Amino acid sequence: MSADNLNVYMPVVMLMFIAVATVVLALLVGKLIRPHNPFDNKEQAYECGEDPIGIAWSNFNVRFYVVSLIFIIFDVEGALLFPVAAVFKSFIEIGEGSVILATFALFILVLAVGIVYCWRKGDLDWVKGFTSEELQNLSKAKDAQ
Amino acid sequence: MNPTFVTYLEQFLGYPATNLMAAVFFLVAVSILVGVMATIGGLGTYAERKISADIQARIGPNRVGPFGLLQMLADGVKMILKEDIIPSKADKLIFILAPMMAMFGVFATLAVLPFSSGLTLTDLNIGVFYVLGVGSFVGVAIFLGGYASNSKWSMLGGMRGASQIISYEIPVTLSILVAVTMAGGLSFSTLVEAQTGLPHGWYLFHNPFSFIAFFVLFIGALAETNRAPFDLPEAESELVSGYHTEYTGMRFGFFALAEYVEVFVVCGIAAALFLGGYKVPFDLGNGEVLSNALMNIPFLKMVVPMTNGTPIFKLLGSGLGQLLQLGSFFTKTLALYYVVIWIRWTLPRLRVDTLMTLCWKYLTPIALFNLLGAATWMVVFHGKSIYQIIFESGAAQAVGGH
Repeated sequence: MSADNLNVYMPVVMLMFIAVATVVLALLVGKLIRPHNPFDNKEQAYECGEDPIGIAWSNFNVRFYVVSLIFIIFDVEGALLFPVAAVFKSFIEIGEGSVILATFALFILVLAVGIVYCWRKGDLDWVKGFTSEELQNLSKAKDAQ
Repeated sequence: MNPTFVTYLEQFLGYPATNLMAAVFFLVAVSILVGVMATIGGLGTYAERKISADIQARIGPNRVGPFGLLQMLADGVKMILKEDIIPSKADKLIFILAPMMAMFGVFATLAVLPFSSGLTLTDLNIGVFYVLGVGSFVGVAIFLGGYASNSKWSMLGGMRGASQIISYEIPVTLSILVAVTMAGGLSFSTLVEAQTGLPHGWYLFHNPFSFIAFFVLFIGALAETNRAPFDLPEAESELVSGYHTEYTGMRFGFFALAEYVEVFVVCGIAAALFLGGYKVPFDLGNGEVLSNALMNIPFLKMVVPMTNGTPIFKLLGSGLGQLLQLGSFFTKTLALYYVVIWIRWTLPRLRVDTLMTLCWKYLTPIALFNLLGAATWMVVFHGKSIYQIIFESGAAQAVGGH
């Protein structure tokens, strides 16, 4: 890293440092003046006044998992688009606009196919419905019982 | 791309600054910036209460200080004096780290925010990319805060927050890409300098696609900062207080401060990318234009001794220019800030499923289409805006020819 780079990124590191230092400092100062009087009931998790039942770290809905999977795909492809977008204008200036537009469009179309696929699969629906086939199977299973 | 702040220092000193001097200088500048932004965040809470009061035909805070302006100080003192409660069953380490991480993510984005051409802390060549990356820390902080509390309300809020923030990052990223495609660079100076002071040169009115992209960006930014109508992670009427239910005192205060500063940051980014940022009409932000204009005023010529009057004019011109640029940036940003608050007190909250539908079935396809459209526009019209095509002579030839 050259000295120039150091100058450019120095404020970034300092800003991060000061942001964290502010939090630590404020909490330390607060520690000197705020009351400290813990007891069991006060330290319970809030559950509308009742004693909390169990812990909150239970199984979570699988829909969050699907959303995060779709997100990772799109975010990575979005990140890959950044360098192309950054050089887009210089390609136009040297008269190679159609080349980079074709590349760009191809990449975006891949993204578009991805979203159409997820849509068709029903992964974009928060409340995922049943297809008529699945409903029939369900009623059959119910009848068998 | 040059570290502008160090050049100021070197101009003042008259010789190249050492690394240590630059470091001290930056430390002071950064501390001032953090102080100013914390004040702006505090004023944000005040503005929120005043504007909501105005919308609901109430008076709002008016007891502490003139017009209740010191309310934020009173709130801060109250928060510091509050007992700090960490639930006994919480994951203590993460519980303590989460507010820190929220502050870290928000304040780190301030490094590249272009307040004016000279008052950008550092003009990274990966500006917007850096903002997107570092800004994501807030989403992580919200989820970790919700997770570590070990309370069911917090957990639900944290999970909603995580899924919402990551979902809306897609349309936001794609809309930012529209501006990047048009400007041909990722640094904020490139993005802002490619626009002009008057609205016809803003990227908002560059072409129909960038017009839509701005609104997609704005809606996405609302969702990313958990502002109503997207405030599901902290929906007070269903989740008590969402991810910060278990946070008390200053730790809660940091989450709130981070949120208000983040709103300012995303408004500033939207202003910089699509509303011309710090650009002032008629190029008045440029120091040389101003100092030349000042030198032509006969009255001033008589007052200022002519022997070495030129440097004074130059200094005056660049100083005034920077002030005008600051004014331009803050006007646009605070106007957007007002709209954000206005929206919060006007629209009802979305449901989780409608929220996800809006993001994945409307905003993301629109943003993808927009990006493609903007790229096509740039190639077909050779980077000219609608205004240039219609009003500037010779534009028709450029479109057909080349």
